[in-house]
Amino acid sequence: MNPTVSTGRLSWVALAVIVVIAALAPLYTSDFFLNVILTKALWLGIAAASLVFLAAYGGMVSLAQVGLYGVAGMTYANLVLADGGSSAAWNPWLAVVAALIVATLVGLGFGWIAARSEGIYFLMITLAFSVLVFYFFSQVTQLSGFGGVNNLDLPGILGNPEQDPAPRYFVTLVVSVAVFLLLRGVSRTAFGLSLQGVRDEPARMRALGFDVTLHRMLAFAFAAFIAGVAGVLSVWYNRRITPGSINLEQTINILIIAVIGGLYRLEGAWVGAFAYALIDNYSREWVPDVGNVLGSARFNTIIGLVFLIIVLLSPGGLVGIWESARDRLTGRRRGGGTPTTTTTTGPEGGPAPSTVK
Amino acid sequence: MSDTVDSSSGGDVQHEGDASARVTTGGVIAAPEVAGSGRRWTPMRIVYALIAAVVVVFLVVKAADDLRQFVIVTLNGVTLAALYFVVASGFTLIFGLMRVVNMAHGSLYLLGGYLALEMQEAWFKEDTGLNLSLSGASDADYSFIAWFFPLIFATILIGCIGVVLQQVFLRWNQGQDLRQALITIALSVIIADQMLAAFGGISKDVAAPTAWPTSVLLPGDVRFGFFRGVIVLGSALLIGLLLFLVIRRTRFGKIVRAGVDDRDMVSALGINVNLVFAGAFFLGALLAGFGGVLGGTMISLAPGQDTAFLLNSLIVVIIGGMGSLGGAAIGALALGLVDAYADVYLVIGDTDLTNYSILVTFALLVGVLAVRPLGLFGRPA
Repeated sequence: MNPTVSTGRLSWVALAVIVVIAALAPLYTSDFFLNVILTKALWLGIAAASLVFLAAYGGMVSLAQVGLYGVAGMTYANLVLADGGSSAAWNPWLAVVAALIVATLVGLGFGWIAARSEGIYFLMITLAFSVLVFYFFSQVTQLSGFGGVNNLDLPGILGNPEQDPAPRYFVTLVVSVAVFLLLRGVSRTAFGLSLQGVRDEPARMRALGFDVTLHRMLAFAFAAFIAGVAGVLSVWYNRRITPGSINLEQTINILIIAVIGGLYRLEGAWVGAFAYALIDNYSREWVPDVGNVLGSARFNTIIGLVFLIIVLLSPGGLVGIWESARDRLTGRRRGGGTPTTTTTTGPEGGPAPSTVK
Repeated sequence: MSDTVDSSSGGDVQHEGDASARVTTGGVIAAPEVAGSGRRWTPMRIVYALIAAVVVVFLVVKAADDLRQFVIVTLNGVTLAALYFVVASGFTLIFGLMRVVNMAHGSLYLLGGYLALEMQEAWFKEDTGLNLSLSGASDADYSFIAWFFPLIFATILIGCIGVVLQQVFLRWNQGQDLRQALITIALSVIIADQMLAAFGGISKDVAAPTAWPTSVLLPGDVRFGFFRGVIVLGSALLIGLLLFLVIRRTRFGKIVRAGVDDRDMVSALGINVNLVFAGAFFLGALLAGFGGVLGGTMISLAPGQDTAFLLNSLIVVIIGGMGSLGGAAIGALALGLVDAYADVYLVIGDTDLTNYSILVTFALLVGVLAVRPLGLFGRPA
């Protein structure tokens, strides 16, 4: 599939509105919602954003992101004070730096191998990477403990999330906004532009003297760094990490999140993560029990069906649905303008909350 | 085994082709420095050759240490490879012809095993009446038919399910390979969850016929599982041979081979490509189902096996080259042997490194991809 990559961007006004609404969330939502839906959606969104960045700007749909964030999470978990894993007890911030460096280096290595393949081969090779990381950590109990690594030491800035989830939420929000702006910024640099050239016309770029493989590899390492950020946030969120939390199911969940939101729009990552967290938590309540086939225990069937429907009907995901709906509306108002994915203009306050959370 | 799907011999990978072209154009007058083969001993190649030599020497030392164990480990690897080959050949067949990466292949594998198990339990379970076994597992007698009939029936059923999936979900978006991969991923998520609901999370086995011996005695006083060593290995060889004959000798195989090379041309020649695609998908799913029954008897059926066999198929075809049956055979053998050896022999001195055996599999994958980015027998699409 050579997708129609949308070049539309969220306007600064819309972004500001969304961030303000998100920042005020502790005022109007419960601690439960803040923690289980919003915080989780934010870090899942970062993980999905690293995938979206590669897919949208590099044309590489990578399934290795969960493996990479698992590497970062495991590194952090082993370096700080915790139950299980290695006995090191580093300063949490130092461990964060180390975790990000390790994830980026592993990503560089993976990228070196995978960057020479394209399209569906790339998908399969990165899937194999991710699952191999999972098997590695399940086998090597010196690193992953027998019941995972638990009770991780957190940096002081997070306070005590069990009592007050707000600080952790704010940290995750700030990091999410920073990641969003960073990814968007990188896509506008010379590197980002040549990466998009590599995505569209690798042969021509090669003829122009660009090192195609190097660009892919560096983009992959950069996305690994972002995935590493998500990994650190995920262990801050869970306060534990087990091999089971980075298995194939999670790999596919991140892919599902990216696809639900819109595989070719950065903000889609967070839209998808928000939708995923909502379905994850509330589907158990409203889904009717149909024998053994459908019901509160069949979350994976529901998320699989949502995924299937999105892939079948709207490859652009929720963001794509929203954009085509808006284009149809505004197009009618303008008198039948061509439905193009143009830059979002004007404050889109209405749908905004769902766009970042 | 020769490369059976690809009609020509495995083509050179692009950059290798470039390199040899450069050499020949540069050396028009000068004596050809690379005689014939076009192979050069680059430092990387020397490093790989050295690593391979170290591995071989290591294995020889281990084999000399305990030959019986070595034979058993090797047989384990080969039989594992046989199962991998059966499953992966279906995967590679579908990909080779249709460029569809069937991420639900592992699900079809596991579903095949479960269906056979259900049939066996529903139709052929006869209590001997004594119920002596405390575990309750082995108190029933199974005739040959009680194993063979579910095998055939479940296999064909999985083939039909594969065709239905292809007709409903994949036929209308032919050519959009990423979208098709995503669709099959969605299907695999749903199927895995439904299997968990229907068959539970406990590991189960398909029972082999009670009359069959549990093990056979090989020369050198080596005992090896009968089902594993004879049935699985025999089936894999038979399937390899049948596939070879089908692909090489039949009209269907001729169309498949032509379709692998140039689908558009085949359909322009008036061949009903959709029918051929359905046939290939039937055959590919059939092999997954067959592998599932074999694997369900040889190893076990449990949630997670679908993932494991999807991963195995992926690694096998990534190593062997997508779409190549010969590559699948080589890849399966490499993966099976590496798995088996690494699980046992990764002990250096007193340090037991068998925990890290997955890294050896990874190294195998990386090593092959570093030399041949499209796999051993892969060709650019």
